[in-house]
Amino acid sequence: MSAILKGKKGDQRLFMGNEAIARGALEAGVNVVAGYPGTPSSEIIESLSRVAKDRDIYVEWSVNEKVAAEVAAAGSLAGLRSMCTMKMNGVHVASDFLLHLALTGTRGGMVIVACDDPNAHSSQNEAEMRHFAQMLEIPLLEPGSFQDAKDLIKWAFELSEELRSIVFIRGTTRLSHASGQVVLDELPETERKAAFRHDGFILDQMTGSVISLPIAFKHPQLQEKLQKAAERYEGCPFNSYTGPENPDVLIITSSACTFYSIEAVHMLDLQNRAGILKLTTTWPLPKRLIKKHLQTAGQILVVEEVLPFMEENLKVLAYEIASEIGIKPILGKRDGTLPSHGEMRPDVVAGALAGITGTSVDQRSEEYEKKVNERVFFGAPARDLTFCPGCPHRASLWSIENVLQMDNRQGFVCGDVGCYTMGLSPSNFGTLKTAHSMGSGTGLASGFGKLDRFGMEQPVLSVCGDSTFFHTGIPALVNAVHHGSNMIMVVLDNSGTAMTGFQPHPGIEKNAMGDVAKSIDIAKVCEAIGAKVRVEDPFEVEATQEALFQLLEEEGAKVLVLKQVCALSPEKKWSKKFEMSVDTELCIGEECGCNRLCTRIFRCPGLVWDQESKTARIDSILCTGCGVCASICPANAIRKTPLAANGKEVA
Amino acid sequence: MTPLKHNPYNLVITGVGGQGNVMASRVIGNMLSIHGYRITIGETFGASQRGGSVRSDLRISEEIAFSPQIPKGRAHMIVAMEPAEAIRVLGELGNPDVKVICNMRPIHSVNVICGDFTYPSAEQHKEWLSDLSGQAWFVNTTEAAVKLGNPIFSNIMLIGALAGTGDLPLERDLFETVIARWLSADKVEKNLVAFDKGMSMVKDDKRDG
Repeated sequence: MSAILKGKKGDQRLFMGNEAIARGALEAGVNVVAGYPGTPSSEIIESLSRVAKDRDIYVEWSVNEKVAAEVAAAGSLAGLRSMCTMKMNGVHVASDFLLHLALTGTRGGMVIVACDDPNAHSSQNEAEMRHFAQMLEIPLLEPGSFQDAKDLIKWAFELSEELRSIVFIRGTTRLSHASGQVVLDELPETERKAAFRHDGFILDQMTGSVISLPIAFKHPQLQEKLQKAAERYEGCPFNSYTGPENPDVLIITSSACTFYSIEAVHMLDLQNRAGILKLTTTWPLPKRLIKKHLQTAGQILVVEEVLPFMEENLKVLAYEIASEIGIKPILGKRDGTLPSHGEMRPDVVAGALAGITGTSVDQRSEEYEKKVNERVFFGAPARDLTFCPGCPHRASLWSIENVLQMDNRQGFVCGDVGCYTMGLSPSNFGTLKTAHSMGSGTGLASGFGKLDRFGMEQPVLSVCGDSTFFHTGIPALVNAVHHGSNMIMVVLDNSGTAMTGFQPHPGIEKNAMGDVAKSIDIAKVCEAIGAKVRVEDPFEVEATQEALFQLLEEEGAKVLVLKQVCALSPEKKWSKKFEMSVDTELCIGEECGCNRLCTRIFRCPGLVWDQESKTARIDSILCTGCGVCASICPANAIRKTPLAANGKEVA
Repeated sequence: MTPLKHNPYNLVITGVGGQGNVMASRVIGNMLSIHGYRITIGETFGASQRGGSVRSDLRISEEIAFSPQIPKGRAHMIVAMEPAEAIRVLGELGNPDVKVICNMRPIHSVNVICGDFTYPSAEQHKEWLSDLSGQAWFVNTTEAAVKLGNPIFSNIMLIGALAGTGDLPLERDLFETVIARWLSADKVEKNLVAFDKGMSMVKDDKRDG
């Protein structure tokens, strides 16, 4: 039985933040869950998909975040409780639909959990979702503990049903991907039946047609809901204050920053001088609650990630009540007390708090600091991210890189979002030259491929993963084919949404709940769109390169599908196709003239340079036996011996 | 609840993507939860399976839950699955009193493989690790794990080694209780063998410092 189902009311469990959210959804009696994978949000649906059958709920990995929001909204409009999850970028993708949904309103409770990634640990930016709540005029909640992450979900569903509005919940990496203890509540039996009412009066949100017009009626209605939310927020049990009655410094914080604030006060031993207002209801702000706390405090420090969202809204509110409580100094990001980029840490908050209170944080001795820094420099060599041993992307990019070099026309590749984005870095050939949002590599290539009339003669390629292909790659290809753009879209099909943990997508014969699903053939889709299509196995280096050369000769939009399962996929892990070895007679190392092609350029972690023998060597623990390196050694010193499925050498 | 040696006790599990770091931190967190301590685990993963460093910060405390990140220079124990990673963590969280358990099997990064960086010798690493810590244990869990049938047992041996130091109440029966929640009986047996092996490694090792 999955961890989030185990345990009865009152039991304590150690849950990852995302598991706490998933358990919270079950305790709230969620019926429909949809989302698109994205770090740090993916484990919410992963956890729920494993218990979907047990709890009789519908869970899907949708094709993209906009469709996920639409699928979840359908559940709500049919009277069910629905949840939608995504990483912050997904909110941008879904926002067009959400803008309308905010105005039409919802019926059954609908909660959207979007996870931000301050510091961009697993992202290409550290943008925020909180501002969308303000733009869409819908309520926002930010859990500040693991227990809150679970319990808040039920509260949010109740709020959503009271307001008949979407409710946003913001997760962040340090809550979603951290673990803490959570006390369980019971799992309810849900008996909701789905039915979509559409026969009522057009202005009746619960029974009429669902549209955002007339705006003169729907927009004020939306704003009334937001006011009602602010009123409910006054008594929200997830806001709390800890500290002295009249604190010198009042810290107002939310989300994972609550931990850092608590720890900073502890580190500086300021329990008698500093108070912490943990605010879960960060938009719209509860005016009376804020006023009550502002008037007791000497000065205020706002601790949040990343931009001064709460700080700015607090300042607006403080201005409005300044005639009653006087002008209170509010410190935070706008005055530089804390940075407006990167994530918070306990030491960063402690440093800011120490500055305000005239205290100081214990530091390491200068001697230790100097010594340890020196040894990190020499003793901990950089560890650039790289493709795993046996990764099909290394083989694919190797072929693309070599073909473009030989073609010698300054050809380039527009990148996209997935593991293969690492192809931007010099450690991974630096083959990719652009990287933006999902599907945008092919969109860019479609544009570049039309610039020949302005004298552009460079070959244009894009790469796109299989999940990305379905997410937003298809419209870009349609555009390229329709406009006769000269480009090659290379689909790096590794049979799963690999970067985020092998979630299924429409090209896979299985859905999130493990049921057999109709898989959609990428090559056939491309053919139907009208592109010339080739399909190759990237591990067959020669055939792949030959296909690329041929496609480079042809006009119009072409597609090369490079199909090979990810080395980390459950079906491949721990199974080797070849036993690899280096013939140390044939490998003559630096004398060869190959410039150590295998270890300096190809750079597979399973292929290492032996300092003693001065030859290449296979690390048999890391090597997955894909066999690709055998075809790159100019001296044919790398040997592959076929293995049977049981790992034994083929006789 | 037995009082902790430090409150909060700051434990770091570090290694390279794919070494089973996240699993190890969860097992330890669950074991200590049974004792009634407050636990917060901060994990840095995401793209980590692609050869990057992986670090879990465990905050073990008696009353309030602490943040998922250990403040600079404040680790009490570093369990490293790879020697260069032990040094890297000391850079941020080390102090003269910190204890270190280190699996000495190196995993060379691409930067080393291609020759941009040199990887220090085991002797050099040992010397630095001893010098930068209050106490250090050097073990060869990868080797022992391969003998047991799979290099992934290395992380379980390191849990055993940590238990063997006696710094935290990580009893064998707690270990069994926790892994039995996830694994079948035959796998539990093998993991117990790995746990015992790790424990003996620390007890047999001549302590440094």
